[in-house]
Amino acid sequence: MWVKSGLLPLLFSYVLALVLTIMPIPAVLEPWRPDWVSLVLIYWLIAIPHRVGFGTVLIMGLLTDILMGSTFGIYATALVLVAYPALRHFQRIRNYSLTQQLLIVGVLIFVKRVIVYELEHVLNDAVFNLPYLYPVLSSAIIWPWLFLILRRYRRRYLIR
Amino acid sequence: MKSLFEHGPSLSTRLLLALIVAGTLMFLDHRLQTMQPVRSFLSTATAPVQYLAVLPEEMMDRLVYLATTRSALREDNQRLRDELLGLQMAVQRLNFLENENARLRQLLGSEVRAASRRMAAEVVSVATDPFSHQVVINKGYQSGVYEGQPVLDNRGIVGQVISVARSTARVLLIADQSHAISLRAERNDIRVIAQGTGSLTQLELSFIPHSTELKEGDVLVSSGLGGVFPEGYPVAEISVINRDERLQYAQVFVTPFAQLDRVRTLLLLWPADAQEQPIYEDAVEVDEVNDVG
Repeated sequence: MWVKSGLLPLLFSYVLALVLTIMPIPAVLEPWRPDWVSLVLIYWLIAIPHRVGFGTVLIMGLLTDILMGSTFGIYATALVLVAYPALRHFQRIRNYSLTQQLLIVGVLIFVKRVIVYELEHVLNDAVFNLPYLYPVLSSAIIWPWLFLILRRYRRRYLIR
Repeated sequence: MKSLFEHGPSLSTRLLLALIVAGTLMFLDHRLQTMQPVRSFLSTATAPVQYLAVLPEEMMDRLVYLATTRSALREDNQRLRDELLGLQMAVQRLNFLENENARLRQLLGSEVRAASRRMAAEVVSVATDPFSHQVVINKGYQSGVYEGQPVLDNRGIVGQVISVARSTARVLLIADQSHAISLRAERNDIRVIAQGTGSLTQLELSFIPHSTELKEGDVLVSSGLGGVFPEGYPVAEISVINRDERLQYAQVFVTPFAQLDRVRTLLLLWPADAQEQPIYEDAVEVDEVNDVG
Protein backbone atom coordinates (compact mmCIF):
# COMPACT_ATOMS: atom_id res chain seq x y z
CA MET A 1 0.00 0.00 0.00
CA TRP A 2 1.24 3.43 -0.90
CA VAL A 3 1.83 5.57 2.17
CA LYS A 4 0.52 9.09 1.80
CA SER A 5 2.96 11.91 2.32
CA GLY A 6 3.33 13.04 5.91
CA LEU A 7 1.63 10.08 7.55
CA LEU A 8 4.22 9.80 10.32
CA PRO A 9 4.17 13.50 11.28
CA LEU A 10 0.37 13.32 11.31
CA LEU A 11 0.37 10.31 13.63
CA PHE A 12 3.02 12.00 15.76
CA SER A 13 0.73 14.99 16.31
CA TYR A 14 -2.02 12.64 17.53
CA VAL A 15 0.30 10.87 19.94
CA LEU A 16 1.56 14.20 21.24
CA ALA A 17 -2.02 15.35 21.83
CA LEU A 18 -2.77 12.17 23.80
CA VAL A 19 0.42 12.51 25.83
CA LEU A 20 -0.38 16.14 26.68
CA THR A 21 -3.87 15.07 27.76
CA ILE A 22 -2.62 12.73 30.48
CA MET A 23 0.68 14.37 31.38
CA PRO A 24 0.90 15.16 35.10
CA ILE A 25 0.98 18.93 35.61
CA PRO A 26 0.92 21.09 38.76
CA ALA A 27 -2.37 20.95 40.61
CA VAL A 28 -2.97 24.70 40.13
CA LEU A 29 -2.90 24.37 36.35
CA GLU A 30 -4.78 21.10 36.30
CA PRO A 31 -8.31 22.50 35.78
CA TRP A 32 -7.00 24.76 33.01
CA ARG A 33 -5.42 22.03 30.91
CA PRO A 34 -6.49 22.71 27.29
CA ASP A 35 -8.46 20.03 25.51
CA TRP A 36 -5.53 18.98 23.30
CA VAL A 37 -7.17 16.07 21.53
CA SER A 38 -10.14 18.15 20.40
CA LEU A 39 -7.95 21.06 19.34
CA VAL A 40 -5.61 18.95 17.23
CA LEU A 41 -8.50 17.04 15.70
CA ILE A 42 -10.41 20.22 14.86
CA TYR A 43 -7.32 21.60 13.14
CA TRP A 44 -6.81 18.53 10.96
CA LEU A 45 -10.53 18.32 10.22
CA ILE A 46 -10.63 21.81 8.77
CA ALA A 47 -7.17 21.63 7.16
CA ILE A 48 -7.28 18.24 5.42
CA PRO A 49 -10.91 17.04 5.60
CA HIS A 50 -10.43 14.69 2.64
CA ARG A 51 -8.01 12.72 4.73
CA VAL A 52 -9.04 13.04 8.36
CA GLY A 53 -12.63 12.03 8.86
CA PHE A 54 -14.98 10.32 11.26
CA GLY A 55 -12.80 7.19 11.30
CA THR A 56 -9.83 9.05 12.76
CA VAL A 57 -12.08 10.94 15.15
CA LEU A 58 -13.65 7.69 16.34
CA ILE A 59 -10.29 6.03 16.96
CA MET A 60 -8.92 9.08 18.78
CA GLY A 61 -12.08 9.18 20.88
CA LEU A 62 -11.73 5.53 21.86
CA LEU A 63 -8.05 6.00 22.72
CA THR A 64 -8.99 8.96 24.91
CA ASP A 65 -11.63 6.79 26.57
CA ILE A 66 -9.00 4.17 27.35
CA LEU A 67 -6.52 6.71 28.67
CA MET A 68 -9.10 8.54 30.76
CA GLY A 69 -10.66 5.32 32.01
CA SER A 70 -14.15 6.47 31.09
CA THR A 71 -16.85 4.21 29.70
CA PHE A 72 -15.98 3.13 26.16
CA GLY A 73 -17.48 5.46 23.58
CA ILE A 74 -18.20 8.55 25.67
CA TYR A 75 -15.37 10.67 24.27
CA ALA A 76 -15.80 9.03 20.88
CA THR A 77 -19.45 10.10 20.70
CA ALA A 78 -18.70 13.65 21.84
CA LEU A 79 -15.81 14.07 19.42
CA VAL A 80 -17.80 12.66 16.50
CA LEU A 81 -20.68 15.03 17.22
CA VAL A 82 -18.30 17.98 17.33
CA ALA A 83 -16.48 16.82 14.21
CA TYR A 84 -19.70 17.05 12.19
CA PRO A 85 -20.04 20.86 12.15
CA ALA A 86 -16.28 21.19 11.64
CA LEU A 87 -16.39 18.89 8.60
CA ARG A 88 -19.58 20.44 7.32
CA HIS A 89 -18.24 24.00 7.35
CA PHE A 90 -14.51 23.44 6.99
CA GLN A 91 -14.18 25.81 4.05
CA ARG A 92 -15.84 28.61 5.94
CA ILE A 93 -13.97 28.08 9.23
CA ARG A 94 -10.67 27.82 7.41
CA ASN A 95 -11.05 31.31 5.96
CA TYR A 96 -12.23 33.08 9.08
CA SER A 97 -9.87 35.37 10.95
CA LEU A 98 -8.10 33.85 13.94
CA THR A 99 -10.40 35.69 16.36
CA GLN A 100 -13.49 34.28 14.72
CA GLN A 101 -11.94 30.82 14.66
CA LEU A 102 -11.16 31.17 18.33
CA LEU A 103 -14.83 31.78 19.11
CA ILE A 104 -15.96 28.84 17.01
CA VAL A 105 -13.39 26.52 18.57
CA GLY A 106 -14.54 27.70 22.00
CA VAL A 107 -18.14 26.85 21.15
CA LEU A 108 -17.17 23.44 19.71
CA ILE A 109 -15.17 22.52 22.80
CA PHE A 110 -17.95 23.76 25.06
CA VAL A 111 -20.40 21.52 23.21
CA LYS A 112 -18.00 18.58 23.40
CA ARG A 113 -17.55 18.92 27.14
CA VAL A 114 -21.28 19.33 27.71
CA ILE A 115 -21.92 16.12 25.76
CA VAL A 116 -19.26 14.27 27.75
CA TYR A 117 -20.79 15.54 30.98
CA GLU A 118 -24.32 14.58 29.94
CA LEU A 119 -23.22 11.06 29.00
CA GLU A 120 -21.25 10.69 32.24
CA HIS A 121 -24.27 11.99 34.13
CA VAL A 122 -26.63 9.50 32.53
CA LEU A 123 -24.28 6.52 32.72
CA ASN A 124 -22.27 7.13 35.88
CA ASP A 125 -24.26 9.73 37.87
CA ALA A 126 -21.61 12.41 37.53
CA VAL A 127 -22.28 15.69 39.34
CA PHE A 128 -21.56 18.94 37.54
CA ASN A 129 -18.96 21.37 38.79
CA LEU A 130 -17.89 24.57 37.13
CA PRO A 131 -14.12 23.92 36.82
CA TYR A 132 -15.02 21.31 34.24
CA LEU A 133 -15.68 24.14 31.78
CA TYR A 134 -12.44 26.09 32.42
CA PRO A 135 -10.67 24.25 29.58
CA VAL A 136 -13.14 25.83 27.15
CA LEU A 137 -11.50 29.18 27.90
CA SER A 138 -7.92 27.95 27.92
CA SER A 139 -8.43 25.95 24.72
CA ALA A 140 -9.95 28.93 22.92
CA ILE A 141 -7.12 31.17 24.07
CA ILE A 142 -4.47 28.73 22.91
CA TRP A 143 -6.13 28.08 19.52
CA PRO A 144 -4.51 30.89 17.43
CA TRP A 145 -1.03 29.77 18.45
CA LEU A 146 -1.83 26.14 17.92
CA PHE A 147 -3.32 26.97 14.53
CA LEU A 148 -0.18 28.83 13.41
CA ILE A 149 2.15 26.13 14.76
CA LEU A 150 0.20 23.31 13.18
CA ARG A 151 -0.04 25.17 9.85
CA ARG A 152 3.72 25.56 9.77
CA TYR A 153 4.08 21.92 10.80
CA ARG A 154 1.71 20.82 8.03
CA ARG A 155 3.58 22.80 5.39
CA ARG A 156 6.97 21.72 6.58
CA TYR A 157 6.17 18.00 6.52
CA LEU A 158 3.92 18.22 3.46
CA ILE A 159 0.87 16.75 5.13
CA ARG A 160 -1.71 17.00 2.38
CA MET B 1 -5.18 5.80 -2.61
CA LYS B 2 -8.44 7.61 -2.14
CA SER B 3 -9.74 7.77 1.38
CA LEU B 4 -12.37 5.26 2.33
CA PHE B 5 -15.38 7.56 2.27
CA GLU B 6 -14.31 9.91 -0.51
CA HIS B 7 -17.08 9.02 -2.94
CA GLY B 8 -19.09 7.05 -0.46
CA PRO B 9 -22.07 8.05 1.60
CA SER B 10 -22.90 11.64 2.50
CA LEU B 11 -21.55 13.42 5.55
CA SER B 12 -24.67 12.86 7.65
CA THR B 13 -24.71 9.15 6.83
CA ARG B 14 -21.12 8.89 7.94
CA LEU B 15 -21.96 10.78 11.12
CA LEU B 16 -24.77 8.34 11.76
CA LEU B 17 -22.47 5.37 11.15
CA ALA B 18 -19.80 6.72 13.52
CA LEU B 19 -22.44 7.43 16.16
CA ILE B 20 -23.84 3.92 15.85
CA VAL B 21 -20.36 2.44 16.33
CA ALA B 22 -19.68 4.64 19.37
CA GLY B 23 -23.14 3.97 20.79
CA THR B 24 -22.78 0.22 20.38
CA LEU B 25 -19.43 0.28 22.16
CA MET B 26 -20.92 2.35 24.95
CA PHE B 27 -23.80 -0.11 25.30
CA LEU B 28 -21.46 -3.12 25.27
CA ASP B 29 -19.18 -1.57 27.84
CA HIS B 30 -21.69 -0.06 30.22
CA ARG B 31 -24.75 -2.30 30.05
CA LEU B 32 -23.23 -5.66 29.25
CA GLN B 33 -19.74 -5.15 30.75
CA THR B 34 -18.26 -7.25 27.98
CA MET B 35 -15.42 -4.96 27.08
CA GLN B 36 -13.05 -5.82 29.93
CA PRO B 37 -10.69 -8.00 27.80
CA VAL B 38 -10.65 -5.38 25.03
CA ARG B 39 -10.06 -2.67 27.60
CA SER B 40 -7.19 -4.61 29.13
CA PHE B 41 -5.64 -5.22 25.72
CA LEU B 42 -5.99 -1.59 24.64
CA SER B 43 -4.58 -0.37 27.97
CA THR B 44 -1.54 -2.53 27.36
CA ALA B 45 -1.27 -1.09 23.86
CA THR B 46 -1.51 2.51 25.09
CA ALA B 47 0.93 2.01 27.97
CA PRO B 48 3.79 3.61 25.95
CA VAL B 49 1.76 6.84 25.75
CA GLN B 50 1.47 6.79 29.52
CA TYR B 51 5.17 6.21 30.00
CA LEU B 52 5.88 8.96 27.48
CA ALA B 53 3.70 11.32 29.50
CA VAL B 54 5.82 11.01 32.64
CA LEU B 55 9.11 11.13 30.75
CA PRO B 56 9.64 14.92 31.05
CA GLU B 57 8.92 14.78 34.76
CA GLU B 58 11.33 11.89 35.23
CA MET B 59 14.03 13.68 33.26
CA MET B 60 13.48 16.77 35.39
CA ASP B 61 13.81 14.68 38.53
CA ARG B 62 16.97 13.14 37.18
CA LEU B 63 18.41 16.59 36.46
CA VAL B 64 17.51 17.82 39.92
CA TYR B 65 19.13 14.71 41.35
CA LEU B 66 22.29 15.26 39.35
CA ALA B 67 22.42 18.86 40.45
CA THR B 68 22.08 18.18 44.18
CA THR B 69 25.21 19.08 46.03
CA ARG B 70 27.17 16.77 48.24
CA SER B 71 26.31 18.63 51.41
CA ALA B 72 22.60 18.51 50.59
CA LEU B 73 22.88 14.76 50.05
CA ARG B 74 24.73 14.37 53.32
CA GLU B 75 22.07 16.33 55.16
CA ASP B 76 19.39 14.24 53.51
CA ASN B 77 21.20 11.09 54.48
CA GLN B 78 21.47 12.19 58.09
CA ARG B 79 17.77 13.07 58.24
CA LEU B 80 16.79 9.72 56.74
CA ARG B 81 19.01 7.87 59.20
CA ASP B 82 17.31 9.63 62.09
CA GLU B 83 13.93 8.84 60.65
CA LEU B 84 14.89 5.20 60.14
CA LEU B 85 16.04 4.92 63.72
CA GLY B 86 12.71 6.29 64.95
CA LEU B 87 10.76 3.94 62.73
CA GLN B 88 12.82 0.92 63.74
CA MET B 89 12.08 1.63 67.37
CA ALA B 90 8.38 1.92 66.57
CA VAL B 91 8.48 -1.37 64.66
CA GLN B 92 10.08 -3.20 67.60
CA ARG B 93 7.16 -2.14 69.71
CA LEU B 94 4.73 -3.04 66.92
CA ASN B 95 6.13 -6.54 66.54
CA PHE B 96 5.78 -7.12 70.23
CA LEU B 97 2.20 -5.86 70.23
CA GLU B 98 1.36 -7.92 67.19
CA ASN B 99 2.60 -11.11 68.79
CA GLU B 100 0.74 -10.31 71.94
CA ASN B 101 -2.40 -9.58 69.95
CA ALA B 102 -2.11 -12.89 68.11
CA ARG B 103 -1.69 -14.75 71.42
CA LEU B 104 -4.69 -13.02 72.97
CA ARG B 105 -6.79 -13.73 69.91
CA GLN B 106 -5.81 -17.36 70.14
CA LEU B 107 -6.85 -17.40 73.78
CA LEU B 108 -10.21 -15.94 72.83
CA GLY B 109 -10.57 -18.53 70.12
CA SER B 110 -10.92 -15.98 67.33
CA GLU B 111 -9.05 -16.03 64.07
CA VAL B 112 -5.46 -14.83 64.12
CA ARG B 113 -4.82 -12.07 61.62
CA ALA B 114 -2.15 -13.05 59.15
CA ALA B 115 0.36 -10.67 57.64
CA SER B 116 -0.38 -9.02 54.32
CA ARG B 117 2.11 -8.41 51.55
CA ARG B 118 2.79 -5.17 49.77
CA MET B 119 4.60 -3.67 46.83
CA ALA B 120 5.49 -0.08 45.97
CA ALA B 121 4.20 1.40 42.70
CA GLU B 122 4.70 4.71 40.94
CA VAL B 123 1.92 6.80 39.43
CA VAL B 124 2.42 7.16 35.69
CA SER B 125 -0.56 9.23 34.68
CA VAL B 126 -3.63 10.93 36.02
CA ALA B 127 -7.06 11.14 34.45
CA THR B 128 -8.08 14.76 34.47
CA ASP B 129 -11.86 14.68 34.44
CA PRO B 130 -13.37 16.21 37.55
CA PHE B 131 -15.90 13.38 37.57
CA SER B 132 -13.53 10.51 37.28
CA HIS B 133 -10.66 10.55 39.71
CA GLN B 134 -8.29 7.84 38.62
CA VAL B 135 -4.57 7.35 38.41
CA VAL B 136 -2.55 4.82 36.46
CA ILE B 137 0.28 2.98 38.20
CA ASN B 138 3.28 1.21 36.73
CA LYS B 139 2.47 -2.30 37.98
CA GLY B 140 0.13 -4.67 36.18
CA TYR B 141 -0.87 -8.32 36.12
CA GLN B 142 2.70 -9.34 35.50
CA SER B 143 3.36 -8.17 39.07
CA GLY B 144 0.31 -9.94 40.43
CA VAL B 145 -1.97 -6.91 40.65
CA TYR B 146 -5.66 -7.84 40.61
CA GLU B 147 -8.97 -6.06 40.25
CA GLY B 148 -10.37 -4.77 43.52
CA GLN B 149 -6.98 -4.58 45.19
CA PRO B 150 -6.61 -1.95 47.93
CA VAL B 151 -4.08 0.83 47.30
CA LEU B 152 -2.53 2.98 50.05
CA ASP B 153 -0.01 5.72 50.45
CA ASN B 154 2.06 6.52 53.52
CA ARG B 155 -0.85 8.30 55.21
CA GLY B 156 -3.88 6.22 54.45
CA ILE B 157 -6.08 4.48 51.93
CA VAL B 158 -6.01 5.98 48.44
CA GLY B 159 -8.36 3.77 46.44
CA GLN B 160 -8.75 0.45 44.70
CA VAL B 161 -7.62 -1.11 41.44
CA ILE B 162 -10.41 -1.19 38.87
CA SER B 163 -8.70 -2.49 35.75
CA VAL B 164 -5.43 -4.23 35.13
CA ALA B 165 -3.26 -4.34 32.02
CA ARG B 166 0.08 -6.05 31.53
CA SER B 167 2.36 -3.48 33.10
CA THR B 168 -0.10 -0.82 34.21
CA ALA B 169 -3.20 -0.75 36.36
CA ARG B 170 -5.89 1.84 36.94
CA VAL B 171 -6.71 2.96 40.46
CA LEU B 172 -10.04 4.53 41.34
CA LEU B 173 -9.47 7.10 44.09
CA ILE B 174 -11.76 7.21 47.11
CA ALA B 175 -12.67 10.78 46.08
CA ASP B 176 -14.33 9.61 42.85
CA GLN B 177 -18.04 10.27 42.67
CA SER B 178 -18.78 6.65 42.00
CA HIS B 179 -16.74 5.36 44.93
CA ALA B 180 -17.91 4.67 48.45
CA ILE B 181 -15.99 3.11 51.32
CA SER B 182 -17.20 1.65 54.57
CA LEU B 183 -15.55 3.27 57.59
CA ARG B 184 -15.62 3.10 61.35
CA ALA B 185 -15.01 5.93 63.79
CA GLU B 186 -11.93 5.14 65.82
CA ARG B 187 -13.32 6.72 68.98
CA ASN B 188 -16.71 5.06 69.26
CA ASP B 189 -16.95 2.44 66.50
CA ILE B 190 -19.83 4.12 64.67
CA ARG B 191 -20.02 2.65 61.19
CA VAL B 192 -20.40 5.09 58.32
CA ILE B 193 -20.15 5.13 54.54
CA ALA B 194 -17.98 7.78 52.90
CA GLN B 195 -18.94 8.72 49.38
CA GLY B 196 -16.64 10.59 47.00
CA THR B 197 -17.83 14.05 46.00
CA GLY B 198 -15.53 14.74 43.07
CA SER B 199 -13.38 17.05 45.16
CA LEU B 200 -10.00 15.58 46.01
CA THR B 201 -9.96 16.98 49.51
CA GLN B 202 -13.46 16.12 50.65
CA LEU B 203 -15.67 13.08 51.01
CA GLU B 204 -19.22 13.04 52.31
CA LEU B 205 -20.75 10.64 54.82
CA SER B 206 -24.17 9.42 53.78
CA PHE B 207 -27.22 8.80 55.97
CA ILE B 208 -25.96 10.21 59.26
CA PRO B 209 -28.78 10.95 61.72
CA HIS B 210 -28.85 14.38 63.38
CA SER B 211 -28.37 12.77 66.76
CA THR B 212 -25.05 11.18 65.82
CA GLU B 213 -22.27 10.99 68.34
CA LEU B 214 -19.65 11.88 65.76
CA LYS B 215 -17.88 15.17 66.18
CA GLU B 216 -15.42 17.26 64.24
CA GLY B 217 -11.88 15.91 64.37
CA ASP B 218 -12.91 12.27 64.73
CA VAL B 219 -10.61 9.85 62.92
CA LEU B 220 -12.26 7.32 60.60
CA VAL B 221 -10.54 4.03 59.80
CA SER B 222 -11.51 1.39 57.27
CA SER B 223 -14.02 -1.04 58.73
CA GLY B 224 -13.04 -4.11 56.73
CA LEU B 225 -16.69 -4.66 55.80
CA GLY B 226 -17.29 -5.08 52.11
CA GLY B 227 -14.23 -7.20 51.67
CA VAL B 228 -12.16 -4.84 49.54
CA PHE B 229 -10.25 -2.81 52.07
CA PRO B 230 -8.55 -4.46 55.03
CA GLU B 231 -9.60 -3.34 58.48
CA GLY B 232 -7.98 -0.62 60.51
CA TYR B 233 -6.23 1.63 58.01
CA PRO B 234 -6.71 5.37 58.53
CA VAL B 235 -8.82 6.99 55.82
CA ALA B 236 -10.18 10.38 56.82
CA GLU B 237 -10.89 12.90 59.53
CA ILE B 238 -14.23 14.63 60.06
CA SER B 239 -13.89 18.26 59.04
CA VAL B 240 -17.43 19.69 59.03
CA ILE B 241 -20.72 18.58 60.56
CA ASN B 242 -23.78 20.52 59.53
CA ARG B 243 -26.75 19.57 61.70
CA ASP B 244 -29.34 21.53 59.78
CA GLU B 245 -32.67 20.12 60.98
CA ARG B 246 -34.36 21.06 57.71
CA LEU B 247 -32.33 18.42 55.93
CA GLN B 248 -33.25 14.78 56.23
CA TYR B 249 -29.81 13.77 57.42
CA ALA B 250 -26.89 15.61 58.94
CA GLN B 251 -24.32 16.75 56.40
CA VAL B 252 -20.90 15.43 57.36
CA PHE B 253 -17.79 16.16 55.32
CA VAL B 254 -14.49 14.41 55.92
CA THR B 255 -10.97 15.13 54.72
CA PRO B 256 -8.96 12.13 53.51
CA PHE B 257 -5.53 11.63 55.07
CA ALA B 258 -3.99 10.52 51.80
CA GLN B 259 -2.95 13.48 49.69
CA LEU B 260 -4.99 12.56 46.67
CA ASP B 261 -4.00 15.62 44.65
CA ARG B 262 -0.32 14.79 44.73
CA VAL B 263 -0.12 11.01 44.78
CA ARG B 264 3.24 9.87 43.53
CA THR B 265 4.36 6.65 45.19
CA LEU B 266 1.65 4.22 46.19
CA LEU B 267 1.57 0.96 48.07
CA LEU B 268 -0.27 -2.05 46.70
CA LEU B 269 -1.58 -4.37 49.38
CA TRP B 270 -2.26 -8.09 49.13
CA PRO B 271 -4.43 -8.98 52.12
CA ALA B 272 -3.60 -12.31 53.71
CA ASP B 273 -6.76 -13.95 52.40
CA ALA B 274 -6.28 -12.78 48.79
CA GLN B 275 -6.10 -15.46 46.11
CA GLU B 276 -3.47 -13.58 44.13
CA GLN B 277 0.13 -13.29 45.16
CA PRO B 278 2.56 -10.50 44.37
CA ILE B 279 5.23 -11.36 41.83
CA TYR B 280 8.37 -9.39 42.59
CA GLU B 281 10.85 -8.55 39.89
CA ASP B 282 13.76 -9.12 42.21
CA ALA B 283 14.08 -10.40 45.74
CA VAL B 284 15.15 -7.07 47.23
CA GLU B 285 11.61 -5.68 47.23
CA VAL B 286 9.87 -5.34 50.59
CA ASP B 287 8.97 -8.93 51.08
CA GLU B 288 8.31 -10.03 54.58
CA VAL B 289 6.78 -6.94 56.05
CA ASN B 290 4.59 -7.77 58.96
CA ASP B 291 1.39 -5.91 59.00
CA VAL B 292 -1.89 -5.95 60.82
CA GLY B 293 -3.99 -6.88 57.80
